[in-house]
Parts: sequence; C-alpha cells; structure tokens
Amino acid sequence: MSPAEDIDPVLPGGRVSPAEDIDLDLHRQLGLTDEELVTIEKILGRPPNRLELAMYSVMWSEHCSYKSSRVHLKRLPTTAPHVLVGPGENAGVIDVGDGIAVALRIESHNHPSAIEPYQGAATGVGGILRDIFTMGARPIALCDSLWFGPTGGTRADASDAADTARSRWIAEGVVSGISGYGNSVGVPTVAGEITFDPCFASNPLVNVMCVGVLPVERLVLGQASGAGNLAVLLGSSTGRDGIGGVSVLASAPLEGGDGSSAKRPSVQVGDPYEEKRLIEACLALLDAGVVVGIQDLGGAGLTCATSETAARGGMGMEVDLSAVPRREAGMEPFEVMTSESQERMLAIVPPEKMPRVEEICARWEVAASVVGRVTPGGRLIVRDTIGGIELASVPAASLADEAPLYERPMSAPSWDAAVRADAAEHLPPPGDCGSDLLALLSDPSVSDKSWAYRQYDHQLFLNTVVPPGGDASVLKLKAPGLPATNKGLAISVDGNPRWCALDPRAGTAMVVAESTLNVACTGAVPKALVNCLNFGNPEHPTVMWQLSEAIDGMSAACRALRLPVVGGNVSFYNESGGVDIHPTPVVGVVGLIDHLLRPPPGMALTDGSVLFLLGPPGTGLGGSRWATSLRGFTGGTLPALNLNMHVSLIDIVVSLVRQRLVCGVHDISDGGMAVSLAEMAIAGGVGVAVSGIEGHAELFSEAPTRVLLAAAPAEAESVERFARDSGVPIRMIGSAGGDRIRVAGLLDVTVATAREAWSTGFPE
Amino acid sequence: MSQGRRVAVVVFPGSNCEHDAVEALERLGATAELVFHRETTLGNADAVVLPGGFAHGDYLRPGAIARFSPVMSAVAEFAAAGRPVLGICNGFQILTEAGLLPGALQKNQGLKFLCTTVELEVASNTSVLCSGISIGTRLSIPINHFEGNYTCDPVTYDQLVLEERIVLRYVDNPNGSLGSIAGICNEGGNVVGLMPHPERACDQLLGSEDGCVLLRSFLEAA
Repeated sequence: MSPAEDIDPVLPGGRVSPAEDIDLDLHRQLGLTDEELVTIEKILGRPPNRLELAMYSVMWSEHCSYKSSRVHLKRLPTTAPHVLVGPGENAGVIDVGDGIAVALRIESHNHPSAIEPYQGAATGVGGILRDIFTMGARPIALCDSLWFGPTGGTRADASDAADTARSRWIAEGVVSGISGYGNSVGVPTVAGEITFDPCFASNPLVNVMCVGVLPVERLVLGQASGAGNLAVLLGSSTGRDGIGGVSVLASAPLEGGDGSSAKRPSVQVGDPYEEKRLIEACLALLDAGVVVGIQDLGGAGLTCATSETAARGGMGMEVDLSAVPRREAGMEPFEVMTSESQERMLAIVPPEKMPRVEEICARWEVAASVVGRVTPGGRLIVRDTIGGIELASVPAASLADEAPLYERPMSAPSWDAAVRADAAEHLPPPGDCGSDLLALLSDPSVSDKSWAYRQYDHQLFLNTVVPPGGDASVLKLKAPGLPATNKGLAISVDGNPRWCALDPRAGTAMVVAESTLNVACTGAVPKALVNCLNFGNPEHPTVMWQLSEAIDGMSAACRALRLPVVGGNVSFYNESGGVDIHPTPVVGVVGLIDHLLRPPPGMALTDGSVLFLLGPPGTGLGGSRWATSLRGFTGGTLPALNLNMHVSLIDIVVSLVRQRLVCGVHDISDGGMAVSLAEMAIAGGVGVAVSGIEGHAELFSEAPTRVLLAAAPAEAESVERFARDSGVPIRMIGSAGGDRIRVAGLLDVTVATAREAWSTGFPE
Repeated sequence: MSQGRRVAVVVFPGSNCEHDAVEALERLGATAELVFHRETTLGNADAVVLPGGFAHGDYLRPGAIARFSPVMSAVAEFAAAGRPVLGICNGFQILTEAGLLPGALQKNQGLKFLCTTVELEVASNTSVLCSGISIGTRLSIPINHFEGNYTCDPVTYDQLVLEERIVLRYVDNPNGSLGSIAGICNEGGNVVGLMPHPERACDQLLGSEDGCVLLRSFLEAA
C-alpha cells in the first residue's frame, strides 16, 4: 500500500494554518512516529499541514536522515590532509596532486531492484552519477557490488525452483539495467563483484559506486548562497514516479512475494539520454562559472534539494510550485515536492547569469526553469505561484539536519556465543581436495563473471588498463580538461556477509583489509574509502549491534591503514518475512598509482616463475566459503587479522609491484589459497606445483593478509630478501609450469578442468 | 602522412566516444576538432569521423534521429565529393540510416550487449580504412554494441562482395552479422562504417595498438 495514495489530494487553501481535516494517523501512514509528529509541531509551533507532513516524512525517513545510524557513523575516521570533502556532501573528494581531485561515492538501490530489477538498477546508476557530477567532477568509472539469492546449480543451493528462478530474473534484470543505463549514459562500468547467497533471495543488494575526476578549482558544493539568487530546476519534468520512494521503499521492510508488486509505482524510471545531456550541461555550466551551487534531486526530490542547499548555505528558499514543469496534469503539491522523478538537478544561479545558463542548457537540450529564489532567514516556503499563497513554511534546516537521532537498543544475538563456540576446523577433511576446489570454482560467486561485465562498456574514455576480473581495476587518471599526468587509479569494491555474519566487527575489518590489498596488488596506495552499509531492520536490537560492531571494525582497520572514510550510505530494512539479511557492509577503495607506464603484473602465472606465499600462516576455516558453501557450516570464529602486519604487507606488495620484482600477484580471499592458485593458473594458462601446505585447512582458509607472488627465478632472491627485511613472513611454495594444478599430497587437477569449472559456473 | 590532417569529429547529443576519437587521431599526428550536430558546415576538415555512442539516445532506432541532424547534410556533401568519412559503431549505424552506406544493424544474436576484444580480418583494401594493408591481416580490436548485427538484402550482399566493399570481417562472428561483416564501404571506398572501435586499440597500455593501422590509413587518405 502506497501511503501517497492515501492522502486526500485536496490541500488546505489559504495561508498555512493548522489543518484540522488531517487524518489523525496520517503521519504514521507516512512513516513518522507519534513522537516525531510532536517534534514537528514543536518546531513549527503548530500542527503541520499535509504538505509539510509529507515533506518531513521523506526528509526524516531513515534513508535521508540516517537517524538510526548517525550516532555510530561519527566513530569513523574521516579526515586526512588529502581529503577535500568528507562525508555529508553529495560525494567525498580527495586531492591526488597535479591540480586533480577525485570524487567518489557509493549508494544502494536495494529495494527498488528487488521490485523492478532493471529500472531499480538503472536508476541506481543514474543517482550515483548525479552525486558525482554535482561536485563538478566528470564521472569516469562505475563499479557495482551485487548480491542475489542462489540462481540454482550450486551444491549448497537448497532453495526451491521458484526462488531460484526469481533470483535469476533479478540478477539478469539488474545486470541489464546497469548495462542499459551505464552504457547509454556514457560512463564505463569498470569493476564490481557479484555474489549469490540464500540470505539475499528475497532482498537482493545493488550497491553502485561512481568515481569522477575534476580540476581542483572546479570543485563546487551543494549550497544555496546569496539572497536573491535563483533556484533553477534542470532536466526532466516532474511526474508521479517514485513518490515516497525513500520512505515507502527504502525505509520499511519488503513484504516479499506479492506484497512488493504493489510498491512498483514507487520505483522510478530512468532515462539515460536525459542524464547524459544533463552531465554535459552541468559540467559546461560549472566551467562557465555561472552557478554558485548545484545539487541533484534524488531521494525526497525537490524537498531534499531545496532544504539541503538552503540549510548548507545557512539561507532560506522560496519555491514557486507552478513553475515546476510536470509530466502530467493534476499533480498535487505534495506530489511535486516529493516526486523522485529522475534526471533532475537544482542549480543556484545569480540572476545576471541566467541568460548564459539558458544558452548552455539549450545547446544540450536540457530544460531550465526558475522555480524559486534564495532568501535570507532560513525558511523554506512553498507557494502555489510567485507571491501566491503559502502552501508550506518550515525552517529549511529542520528538514535537512534536525531529524531526531536515535540511539536504538542494541544487543548481541543470543546465538552469538554458541555460533562462535563451534569450530569449522573440526569438520572432517575432504576425501579429495581437488573435487572441492572444482566445486568452489564452479560456484557462481567464484566463477568467471565475464557473462556480466561483457554487457558493460568497460573501455570507454580509453582509460581502462586493467579491466574487470582482476583484484582491482586500474584506470589512467585522465579526462578532457584535466592536466596531463602518468598517474593511475585502482578501484575495488568488496563485501563479505559470510565473515560479517560470524563476527561483524572482525569481518568488516577483514573486508577493509581485503579491499585495500586488492588495490595494493596493482601497485596502488589506498587513498580513500567509501562504504555502503547494508543491514536489516534497525528496530531489531541485533541489527543495531551488528551495525555498531561493523562500524567499530571498519574504524579500527581504517585508522590502522590511515585510510579516510570520505562518504557512505546506510541501507536498513533489508529484511523480508521478518528475517534480516546478513550484515553486509560493502566498501569501495580508491588507490593511487604514481607512474602508470606499464600494466601491473596481474594474477596470470608465467611458465617457470617461482611462487611465494607472503604473509603469516593461516589455517582458520571459520566463515570460509569452503565451510559455508560446501559444508553448509556457518559457525566458528574468524581467523585473526593483525592490522599492523597488514599495513606492512600492503607496503611490501606496493613496492614489489612498483619495482616490478614480481610478475604475478594475487591475494588470497574467497575460496582460500586453492582458489587463488587456480585463478592464477587459469589466467596464465599454465600449471603450478606447490608443496608444504598443511592439509585442507591451509588450502581453503581465508585468513587475511596473505598474497601469492610469482617472480622470475632471477628475482626470487630479491623478493625474499625484501620481504624478510620488512618483517613479513615469506615462504617459497612452488613454481609454475606444466598443465596441472598440483599441491603435494592434497590435490591434482588439470588447468583445463579447472578452467572448465570456473568458466561455466553461471550457465547462460 | 597523417601529420597535420584536420579531422572533424561530429558530436550528437548522446555521443560518448568523441573524446576517445580525438585522442586516438591526435596520437597519430592529426588535428581533431569537435563539430556539434547543429553545425551546417564541416569547416576546413580533411576528413570526418562519426564517433560511437548513443546519438539522441538511440531512441526509435540507433541513428534514426541523428540522420536528421543539420550536420548530416554537410556530411553527405562531403561524402559525395569523394572525401573520407568514417563511422565507428554508432557512427556506422548513423551512416546506414542516412543512406550513405547500405544495409542495417540489428540487435546482436543472443540479445545482449557485447563489450569485448575480437579478432578482425582485413577483407578488402580498396577503402580509405585499409588501403595498403594486406588482405587477410588479423587485427585485435574491441567491439562495444547491442545493435551490431549487420544485415542487408541478398542482392546488396552480392554487390558488396563483388565490388570488394566488405572491408573487415570477424574471425569468430560475435553478433550474427551477415557474412561476419564488421565493416563496409560505399562504392567510392571513401565512406566506411565499422562496428569495432579502432580508437580503443591505439595504446599498448590498453592492450592493443592494432587500431592505429586502420586510423593511419584513414588519415593518409585525407
């Protein structure tokens, strides 16, 4: 049931006054609590009318206000000398030298994608792009972290046929949506991950990250300054799509089954062509210096854009509703103010610059309508026409910044101790590690993802040095209008609900560790992190405990790595049928390569090279894919992460790659050393012989801070010495050659068999 | 010599490979300039490139609206004068819609967008794109399209074969194109359209420099 449909369309006329005809529980239908209504009445000094109530309901929704998470998010480290813009703006921005800044942001579009996979994912892409070009940055890369229910075919998959068919429909729809929108809008999709797990069957996750680049001087903030400046709405007209999306979809559990189809009208519909023109027009406006602030219209639409820009600038704003171009007749004020129609921006323009704005927008066939003006005093006033009657009058900051903050009750789950007491290490060893390796390689979460990234333009802009499929993707740092450099960016997005379900604190720290190591494997120094925190229902104390633990884990890892968190997004209510998803914090890490003159070595093995295991020994199986996917065992404790050791490891890996002492490098993560070895062999088309591995536990453990390195025999001694000098354990484990993957006493399969398993995991 | 050649790279709203085309052409010593679709002349250009992307959103059909953009009259005149015109990907689609090249590009067999590097074989060296390149030369060049499945009527196909106007063929047909056609030219050999992106294969750091061979030939014809 869409609350939007339940509101009597007739608004009280005349001046703003207590609306005595309001349903007594209208605020509840809009997702506000009784206490929140009292707070609103206190702010206004009177009861809100329908329009005002609608505006508060979207701005005070969990999605927009972070009311349950903000008290925890404060614990994350967000500063560093190179951070130009931290959390709270549309995107984080870092200075990478040479007059160049990099903007990054990640956001979820989980609930819309569950209901309408293609449009949900497409508009997720559109939304994150606007967050980036709002900052004055040209978007140069998209990445996505996708989590679906099992689509059938895997050994551990016990779901029924209807569920797997639905998950497949969602997975293919989401990938098509990213492809359809991203390719057309002209921004390459260069990196990502796709994982299948039963906990996402009813509640898939679609997290999209965007990276943009800009000359430092073009940096612009979403602020309304200068009384008398015009508020100009750019782009698409406003329709009834997406009304209440943030409150109806993103801030309440999905009912699952047929319940979700009733919410389909709340899913927005995207138009990548409009967005492409909007990007070009907005960047041209910023280059011409004719706007003083700009903000995208995403969740909560015009209400959000007007109140946030006004609040950030410490100003007020008068909005003239009649000037908002509409897609259909008969739209009510609350619909216009809360519509989430896509491809719209709000620019703040000095009146004398308006003719130039119109000229630039006309070139790109982008509509530009003056819908309001900046006023002193901090009040957001909505009128039906200029100088007409007031339909709403509220302090702008009360919408944008003064949503109540909740310290929701937290408690560790009752089963936590029991789960940890169990041990994956006690599982019986496999009779044949080779068949377990093949089962892991053919798991669609591990197997070849080219079925997805072949559908994405990942080469546009001539920047992609390492395409999707490696540890991290690598791009040249280059765009029209940017000073020329030889620098490169490495990007990785990572999450791991298997680990985080077992131990959200340690698991999240391990996710940060893995993501930074992925970036380091390309020779890049990790520079900034953005996070997308996907959790269940915050009204469940265990979920709040998971969030709090995850934030502490992320915080500890980021502090140790001196990695600032420059932006993020929290997605709650990932719950279906009363069951919360596993905690799934996803991180996006951007690293910097100083001299990108040759491609990094990558994971491919070269015949005759010597293989090293760099990092402390690891045999813990808790949370591993081997234990969970192959044995259905979800207990135990995670292998320990030594953050100091991890920092040293990252330094060494970056140095070895930069000095080109290694010809192959791949971290050990999903599926353990066995899968990493196989992936290196498959990529290089050459076998490998390894010895001295302590049984299946060392083979399948996902203990952190471990990397496989391949070096030419002539460099082997230097590699070993280099690592020893840095105090990180290193051990020669074998060499590349032949056509078999052999681990003495444990497994022996041909590269061809491994490749076959790996490349057919997701049957098309 | 490609040095100093002036190339007009046409920009439609929705184009997205225009900067890539400029970068690749300038790497080969040409001077490339963006020409907006509302222009009615091509200035003093020696050659014209219609780059890839989604002109006018590819709405209706790829190229179906772009053919009506004002600049296309100038492109048609330029082509009629026997001067070099290259349509890459969406540019190829526009050239067929504008009637400057025969046939049409349908959705890929398999109905999926395809971004991958493919092997091409030079099938004819009578056009501006492949002059001087030996027939049978293999080139490794990316494709990036949803509607790249070339088709035409049998009479046209026979004519293309007879007149040596099939410029490039896929070694391993990725999209269902008739006769594995990746690129064709007009009767004069001065107007060429191809689905693969030679500009994406002009830098060893990105994996291949095979595209330079084609673009250099094109510039030398200018």
